[in-house]
Amino acid sequence: MNLLRFNLNGREVKVADVPAAERLSETLRERLLRREIKVGCNAGDCGACTVLINGDPVCACLTLSHQVQQRDVATIAGQVAQGGIGARLADSFLAGAAAQCGICTPGMVVSAAGMPANGATPSETDVKDALGGVLCRCTGYRKIIDSVLHAHGVGDLPASKSGIAPPGIRMNRVDGSRKILGTDEFGDDIAPPEALVVKIVRSPYARATFTIGDLDSYVKENPGISCVLTARDIPGINRFGVFPQFVDQPVFAESETRFVGEAVAAVVGNPEFMWWFDPNGFPVSWQELPAVSNMDDALAENAAQLHDRYAGNTLCSGRVCTGDPAEALEAAEISISRSFRTSFVEHAYIEPEAGFACVKDGKLVVHACTQAPHMDRDSLLDILALPESGVVVVPTAVGGGFGSKLDLSVQPYLALAAKVTDRPVRLCYSRTESMQSTTKRHPASISLRIGASAEGKLSGLEFRGLFDTGAYSSWGPAVTSRVPVHASGPYEVRDYQAMSQAVLTNSAPSGAFRGFGVPQASAALETAIDELAQELGIDALEFRLRNCLDNGVPTVCGQVFSQGVGIRACLQALESGWTKTRTEAFELNVERESRGDPLRRGVGLAAAWYGCGNTALPNPSTIRAGIRRDGAAVLHQGAVDIGQGSNTVIAQLFVDALAIENMELELAGADTDITPDAGKTSASRQTYVSGNAARMCASSLRRQVARSLNAGEDAALSLDGGRIEVTGSGDRRSLDLASLPVNESGYVFDCQETYNPPTTPLNESGQGRPYAQFGYAAQIAVVDVDVGLGTVAAVQFIAAHDVGKIINPSLVEGQIHGGIAQGLGMALMEEFVPGVTNNLHDYLVPTIGDIPPIETILIEEPDIHGPLGAKGLGEHVLIPTAPAILNAIHHACGIRIRSLPATPSRILAALKETAIGS
Amino acid sequence: MSQLDGDGQVVAGCTDFLPGLRRGSRIGTLVDITRIPELRGIRIEMDHWRIGATTTWTELIKHPLPKAFEGLKLAAREVGSVQIQNSGTIAGNICNASPAADGVPPLLALDAKVEVCTPAGSRVVDLEDFITGVRRIALKPGELVSAILVPSVAESTGSSFLKLGSRKYLVISIAMVSAAISVDRSGTITDARIAVGSCSPVATRMPELEKALNGRQARSVVDRLEVTVDQVASLAPIKDVRGSAEYRIHAAAELCRRAAIQAAGRATCELASTDAETAE
Ligand SMILES: Cc1cc2nc3c(=O)[nH]c(=O)nc-3n(C[C@H](O)[C@H](O)[C@H](O)COP(=O)(O)OP(=O)(O)OC[C@H]3O[C@@H](n4cnc5c(N)ncnc54)[C@H](O)[C@@H]3O)c2cc1C
Ligand code: FES
Ligand code: FES
Repeated sequence: MNLLRFNLNGREVKVADVPAAERLSETLRERLLRREIKVGCNAGDCGACTVLINGDPVCACLTLSHQVQQRDVATIAGQVAQGGIGARLADSFLAGAAAQCGICTPGMVVSAAGMPANGATPSETDVKDALGGVLCRCTGYRKIIDSVLHAHGVGDLPASKSGIAPPGIRMNRVDGSRKILGTDEFGDDIAPPEALVVKIVRSPYARATFTIGDLDSYVKENPGISCVLTARDIPGINRFGVFPQFVDQPVFAESETRFVGEAVAAVVGNPEFMWWFDPNGFPVSWQELPAVSNMDDALAENAAQLHDRYAGNTLCSGRVCTGDPAEALEAAEISISRSFRTSFVEHAYIEPEAGFACVKDGKLVVHACTQAPHMDRDSLLDILALPESGVVVVPTAVGGGFGSKLDLSVQPYLALAAKVTDRPVRLCYSRTESMQSTTKRHPASISLRIGASAEGKLSGLEFRGLFDTGAYSSWGPAVTSRVPVHASGPYEVRDYQAMSQAVLTNSAPSGAFRGFGVPQASAALETAIDELAQELGIDALEFRLRNCLDNGVPTVCGQVFSQGVGIRACLQALESGWTKTRTEAFELNVERESRGDPLRRGVGLAAAWYGCGNTALPNPSTIRAGIRRDGAAVLHQGAVDIGQGSNTVIAQLFVDALAIENMELELAGADTDITPDAGKTSASRQTYVSGNAARMCASSLRRQVARSLNAGEDAALSLDGGRIEVTGSGDRRSLDLASLPVNESGYVFDCQETYNPPTTPLNESGQGRPYAQFGYAAQIAVVDVDVGLGTVAAVQFIAAHDVGKIINPSLVEGQIHGGIAQGLGMALMEEFVPGVTNNLHDYLVPTIGDIPPIETILIEEPDIHGPLGAKGLGEHVLIPTAPAILNAIHHACGIRIRSLPATPSRILAALKETAIGS
Repeated sequence: MSQLDGDGQVVAGCTDFLPGLRRGSRIGTLVDITRIPELRGIRIEMDHWRIGATTTWTELIKHPLPKAFEGLKLAAREVGSVQIQNSGTIAGNICNASPAADGVPPLLALDAKVEVCTPAGSRVVDLEDFITGVRRIALKPGELVSAILVPSVAESTGSSFLKLGSRKYLVISIAMVSAAISVDRSGTITDARIAVGSCSPVATRMPELEKALNGRQARSVVDRLEVTVDQVASLAPIKDVRGSAEYRIHAAAELCRRAAIQAAGRATCELASTDAETAE
């Protein structure tokens, strides 16, 4: 009798024995294998699971399967196959570069397809109303809006090529169609429905000791359980970490847990049993201990110590100094001291951590969403005590990473469970688990003193930043080493001292998040610079131009670039927009005030720089490629594409350097068995470092081919019916690929090349060459502040970015838009409170309604180290956004917010204070 | 109905039910009421409008209700997202009894009543008495809400709804206010009703403020209205991640001021248009 029937994409389906409380998303994904339905939250907060029921968009995760009895259900597949608006949307999402990681894209397209069709052409507001329920963490929404409007015949999209286009030309992402159709396989899209399910038992306390009870009887009483795993089951080292000297995080806590959500055990069982699994029934008893909940507590005299090995709860520190800042500040015309605080920020990618593992030919195969497959594998080998051949990590599509998927999450549990059970296993974190247990942006407590001469030249800067690194090291050391190098901003500061310190607390580990601490430092610095300019009566843009770095001017590390310094060009590019928006704001405010309107317009500015690659550490990428007998070139590219577009950009760079006309390119995935280590997708390094390695690899392939043809290295080559020919110059030499011997990798030519950026270690004072190149940026934010309620709405952004050389304009703009959206979130709404904001209902990230038009100005100040002059970009994009917004708030209504996020509550309190003060 | 005794639970749009479901929690019989025709739809009956329990927010937005319902429709547009509006129901919103339920202030401002279907027949309860606390309602086992009843209001009534959140879309209110203001032929306010949500365990009316408005010329309210913090001091907001208690009080006062001005403005517009019709 329990038979569910409905029409799915126009065909009747029947499913038997669906439990009453099963969600439609689950029925579709697990019983009908419609994995194009993505699940980001299971709570209505992200919209990734949107389907149409009788034509109306609803969340499949909030619909009981039985509620669609006899109804029409349409997914992205049905919408696109049907032609009409669904197909038009898919086309314009591809050409309009509206998908980055793609996890939100099916939900976006379906929501757009379900827009009420009342015959009228939709406006931007209509589009926002229709898509307001789907979160995207990557794109900043602007390209989505443009693409939806375009599909309805409104507005033009810039022409974009399909196939690999030469660098500089706009082309569709190579993986774009898969992402739009939802067929790209993310972490939870690989496992067969019958795979065993792993669930983690976690600490409910920030700090506690615990005793695990009688597991044998627990397993016996629950026949659905295959096994329970704890620290005792780890065959190798129960520790992982990023830096060899800081490997301190246990896979399973051993006796004490150090943050809410830390794992103590994993339960593996059949899917039917695990559906009901309640971690509260797990036999463990807890003894709560007093926890260190913030940096003040951690540094207090009698504070509980998190780890014996780190004295005073200090993980590590960093320092850069030059000149004599105390004297320079003394000599300065004016100087100010300011302190600044920021909060934990959650990455909030829409795809929670997930994966699948199995044993294949005696080898553990771990599929997971990761930014660092080789590092994952190396950690797994240590944890499982296996030889190098024992584990292969196969990255799935990654539904956003932003730094957090650099660390291990599901991988060790999956690997261990597959090894112990010898069965296929899967694990997908719930949104709450993802938010509780994975890394965050470091909260910062910054104090600085900065001075300037009467002429508006900076004179002395002292900076001290404490960074809350949570319970384990993760990327804390990268933050403390990077921040002092960047805390001067892109300015000439001769007398400088910057110190950083990573402080341990009983919170989820803080790790890598777009910018490694630099966005926090920059918010403090750039707001102080604004104040200095104001006090001296110098225009904020002019003040920055007087101080910005140039070719030949030493950085605070004493590094002198003879070329490639693009900050002046970025600032100059903003000049006309700055004057225009400031003038408009002034006029508008006069008018608003006169009619009693509580809105005030403000325009703010901030600049930024960011070194690409690891700080003063070796940072190689290796790329392999081969040419097959059938004439295809295969690129073994281990640089994981987490949405930013490395699959596309590296292919463009490779094909350009290979320069064999008509040769098709195939990409071999980032599987650790078939691709060499291209390093981590972090530190804005993939275009620069892996891009260089790909070009070196292409050039060396080309040399091999040319040599076989007895041609010069620069000969024009083309492929024609299985033969490579030297073209032009009347030369008719050719090479029949089919006649060549095939090596053990299946290639007739192949090679592997490594690029490592030329950097030097820093000395005790932080002097040296920490990065081979920097990228530069300056942004203008225009906001409206409601002075009656303290709310802020962004009205416009103008973003000037020096990218060295544009490889693909769509991807560059996409990074800028997405970075600005995250910067806006950090500035205005995002605050992760451990144990409190554990879902996307309470932790707010910007929606499509929060991101205003963004004008991008791309500067190409080439860098000799970059491929074709290109520089990294991924992190630069959000660094200036938060301070630009804060400066705009000040311009609008005269208040300085020095604690992020600038919530309505904080803004109104500051407004009241200044009102009382004046 | 019989299934509702014992372990049965009513579900409608499930937009509150499913996110609140804990792993491992026992689920009894789920009684999906969305396909019961009697519980759906909006119609006028004698001296009131009847909004069926399972009417979704989208259905409410699309219905050509009189101007006095503007505030309720504005609230409906601000519930979550289109997805949530397509599933979520008006009775579900009330029965979930969250202090931040956006439907409650506009319904309070409309003097709405709740029709409860009991095994013995039905009873009608004032909405003010129906929601008794955070997540607490005056519903006995075996009962369900069959409709929301809104008494017919004077034609020259304007209403408004203002919601304050930290972002656009998908946002739980930090505070929200709905006002419904009726005026007589001379433009004098005869009945001002203002309700505030998210600033106390249950959304409440602001009688003091209403008293201060009654008898004033609507036009003069549009020109000038002050609402002090003292006038909303009966609220008892909590402090949470969305805002401090002090902030909520200030925001509530400011929202009351703006909502009243908007409603008074709409009421005068209504008056002008009915005058125009009578003149024809
Ligand atoms: C992402 C998201 C965003 C949201 N945003 C908002 C928002 O902005 N503003 C807002 O106010 N709410 C919001 N909500 C909450 C929710 O959508 C609304 O409260 C909605 O109106 C609930 O209706 P429902 O039909 O889905 O209720 P259900 O989930 O079906 O039911 C809720 C509760 O009420 C009971 N119930 C339902 N109908 C009846 C009945 N007729 N008689 C007796 N008991 C009944 C159920 O047993 C259950 O306990 C949001 C929810 C989500 C998931
Ligand atoms: S998964 Fe359904 S809304 Fe997030
Ligand atoms: S592309 Fe939207 S979440 Fe990644």
